[in-house]
Order: sequence, then structure tokens, then C-alpha cells
Amino acid sequence: MVNRAFVLKIVSALILFGAWEIAGRIPVSLAFPTFLESMSALFSMAADGTLWLAYAETLQPLVVGIAISAVLGIAIGLWVGLNDFFDWLFSPIFIVMQAAPLAALIPLLVLAYGIGLTSKVLVVCIMAMPVIVLNTAGAVRNTPESMKEMGRAYLATDLAIVLKIVIPAASPVIFAGLRLGISAGFIGAILAELKITPTGVGDIITYSRSIADYPSMYAAIFSIILLAVLFLNLLEKTETVLFKGNQRGYVSD
Amino acid sequence: MAMSQTKMAVAEADGVLESAVSTRNISKNYGEVEALRDLSLEFPRGQLTSLLGPSGCGKTTLLKIIAGLLEPTSGEVEVNGSKVTGPGPDRAFVFQDFALLPWASVIRNVSFGLEMRGVAKSEREAIAERYIREVGLAGFEHAYPHELSGGMRQRVGLARALSVDSQVLLMDEPFSAVDEQTRRKFQEDLLGLVQNENKTFIFVTHSIEEAVYVSDQIAILLPRPSRVSEIIRPSGFRNKGVDNIRRDPEYLDIVDEIWASLRTYVE
Ligand SMILES: Nc1ncnc2c1ncn2[C@@H]1O[C@H](COP(=O)(O)OP(=O)(O)OP(=O)(O)O)[C@@H](O)[C@H]1O
Ligand SMILES: [Mg+2]
Repeated sequence: MVNRAFVLKIVSALILFGAWEIAGRIPVSLAFPTFLESMSALFSMAADGTLWLAYAETLQPLVVGIAISAVLGIAIGLWVGLNDFFDWLFSPIFIVMQAAPLAALIPLLVLAYGIGLTSKVLVVCIMAMPVIVLNTAGAVRNTPESMKEMGRAYLATDLAIVLKIVIPAASPVIFAGLRLGISAGFIGAILAELKITPTGVGDIITYSRSIADYPSMYAAIFSIILLAVLFLNLLEKTETVLFKGNQRGYVSD
Repeated sequence: MAMSQTKMAVAEADGVLESAVSTRNISKNYGEVEALRDLSLEFPRGQLTSLLGPSGCGKTTLLKIIAGLLEPTSGEVEVNGSKVTGPGPDRAFVFQDFALLPWASVIRNVSFGLEMRGVAKSEREAIAERYIREVGLAGFEHAYPHELSGGMRQRVGLARALSVDSQVLLMDEPFSAVDEQTRRKFQEDLLGLVQNENKTFIFVTHSIEEAVYVSDQIAILLPRPSRVSEIIRPSGFRNKGVDNIRRDPEYLDIVDEIWASLRTYVE
């Protein structure tokens, strides 16, 4: 079963890469390199070290922003979901944040926090946090009443109800929110490097486009997508380890 | 069987039955809806009392008030002489919809009540294993709820209630989600439990036959306004053996009598 899923992933990746290669050869556009050209650009950037230096730069706002968004986002989400007052207080902020056009906010952030790490971390957080908060809060609010009642009937304290019933019941949706939030955080990190100051992977993209080195540009984009996919798979593994029951027939219950 | 006969004989010889649970003048309003009005009822210790009545007459409401899960608008509940202010270790609840934790194995579900009481893991698992065996689920300790049939899930809920060893068992239509054969088996098992576990059972059901079959006392509730319309104590056929109850004339008479008083409420 696991193997079959793995094989399917490989097959769909191969089909995608094949289509990319063909589209590059036609070519669809002069600015669209083939898959193999992009891969060779990727390897040469990896070999001469530019790629690693770029990631050392890009990963800073990304990791910090995602860590803050995950920890704070889940904590605020739990609070908002459990308490009507906090719901009233915080929910609108995150709904607005989710709907806000980020590009319009970036100049304001730069004005307030400069062009350094702080602004970039904030961009990642603005992208990643709302969906984490809103998903967590929604999942917590939707905990089946009968399960909480069962907890009370068997003398669970309020804390035990949250830890043993509400969080496990909400965990599939919390993890879904984390997945969405983290993907958005990756977009945010690159967006920050494109819109604020070109550094890291954003710099490779901007620079190689300016000199029409399209294979390098696509290689950089490809590498960030690859990293995001690997990271999301890691998250999925974490979920299976932490909440074994999540794999077991949520649908049927 | 012999045990319950003597128990009942003694109780009836004394002429009074000691109450394990009493509800006094309970009223419960949900906003405009008057679910219960001034309801008083005694539940004799060591016996099974059924709450029988048409849908919406407040059976679940009454059971949850006894459990301490709902506050009555007025009136009070006493369990073993002390007033109920919330859920307590003297009562355990079997839920109509099972209320199992889908991410927890059978053994973790069964030991949930013990876990909340702070019983150490090895001890609570030993106790849970014993009750899992007792309800006939040996071998399924590490299965998850979605891997079980409806009847098996209900047994998990029953084992969870039994494992905390409460004096009073509150059961809300526990057999309504299982097929007729399983249901009959459960009813027989329940009679066994009432005899062997010296506990007080309060049992909500829709089924007249089921109520007459398993009960020492049947309280018939009627809606609009909700009240106890009748209390019936079947006594004659209990000692004739589980296989003969359904053929007993008294059993059949009581079923007919209850149907006669309820039929006006079924439009
Ligand atoms: N949470 C609630 N809010 C508002 N009204 C409620 C609520 N719970 C129950 N009621 C009302 O109270 C009345 C009694 O409900 P209850 O669930 O106790 O009935 P019941 O006898 O258990 O019915 P059934 O046999 O269908 O389970 C019903 O009219 C119902 O509409
Ligand atoms: Mg009910």
C-alpha cells in the first residue's frame, strides 16, 4: 500500500518532467528551458556553491517564520476555538490577514521594519499564519459535543478534555492547516526576496532573469518547490507518528 | 438467577426498597421548550429501572440530569443520599451514539475513565482487559473503533462504563443501534449483569418489549406536559428463566397494557 503510493508519486513526477521536457523542446516560449537544461543548471549551481549560499540566506526567514507561524498559530487557534471572547477578538484579524493582498502590504512592512530579516519573517508569517489559526480554531470548535460530554461524564478535567479529546479530534484538520500554511510560507519567503531586497533564492531568480539565463531561473524555482514537497512529506510522517489513529478510518466514523 | 430472587424476595418482604437514586421535582426548560416538569422518581438499589416513552418526552434529558451533565432548571437529584452537583465517580454513562474516541484503541477507550481517575497505566489496562473479556471482545484489545461493528462498539462503551466500577449505570438507548439478534443477546447479558454486579441500572429505551423484558421497574413518561404517567413493576416472570419470559402471560399482558397507554401519543 505504502509502496504503491510511492510508485504513484514517482510516476506522476516522471510524467510532469516529461511534459516539461517536451514543452521546452517545442519550445512553448523562448524563455522556457527544457527540464534537462534546468537540471544541469541546478547541478552546476550546486557544484559551485551558489545554491547553498542562496539557501543559507533564504532559509533564515523561512524557518523562523514557519516556526513562529506553527507554534503561535496553533496556540492562538486553540485559544480562539475554545473561547468565544478570543474568537471575537482575534478571528477578524486573521480573516483580514488571509484576504489581504500581500503585495500591497509589503511597502508598509518595509517602512515600519526596514528591509532586513524582520520584514521577511513577517511576510512569511502573514502568508502562513492565518490558515493555521483559522483551521485550528475551526477544528477545535467542531469537536463533537458527544465526545466532550463523554469526557465530562468520566470525570475528565477541562485540561484533560483539551489534551485528550479536543486536540486529538482536531489534529487532522490542524495538520491540514499546517500543510497549507507551510506551502504559503514558502511562497511568502520567495515573495519577500523578490519584493523587498533580492537575496538568496530570490536573488538567483531575479539575477538570472535579468541576464536571460532561464535554465538557472527555473532551476531555482524548481529547487524551492522540491524543498517544499520534501518538507510537506516530512510533516505527513510526523503526523502518522504522533497520531496513529488519524490514519484509521476517520471517514467511516 | 437464584441470587436475584432472594434479593427481590427480601426487598419485597421488607415492603420498602431502598433508593440508590431519587429525583425530586425536576423541571428542565430549554428556552421555550419545557422538556421536564416537576418529575419525581425513585430508583431502587440493585435493580434495573427503565425509562420508557415516546420520542421527545425527555428521557435523555432526565438521564443527563442524573449524570450531572445537565443542570435541572429546578429540583434536585440525590445519589446515595447526597445531592448531585456534577458528574461523579458513583455514576457511569453508556451513550446512545457510543461516544468512543476514534483515534484510540479498544483498550485505551475502555480504560479512559480509569485514566481520568489517575489509575496507573499497567493497572488500568489489566482492569480494562478483564472487562473487554467480560463483554466478549477478547482479542480486539488493540483494534480501533472503525474496525468494529456497531454492536461491538456498543460493547466497548459498556466495558468502559463497567470498568470504573460505579454504583449506578446510566444507559441511554444502548441497544438501539444493533440488529435484532444482537439486541436479544444484549438483553440476556444485561439480565445477567443486573444479577451479578450489585449495581443500580437506569435504562432508557423506546421498545416496550425490551423494557418489560429487562426491567424490575418501568417508568412510563409522557410528553406535553412531561410527567411520569405510570410505574409498573413486573415481578412474576423474572424467575422463570430467560427463555420463557417472552411466552409468559404476565409479560404479554404488561406489554399490551403499556401499548394501550402509549398508543394515543403516537399520531
Ligand atoms: N439542547 C437542547 N436544546 C433545546 N431543546 C432540547 C435540547 N435537548 C433536548 N431538547 C428538547 O427537549 C425535549 C426532550 O428531549 P430528549 O432528548 O430528552 O427526549 P428523549 O425522550 O430522549 O427523546 P428520544 O426518545 O427521541 O431520544 C425535546 O422536545 C427536545 O426538542
Ligand atoms: Mg433520547
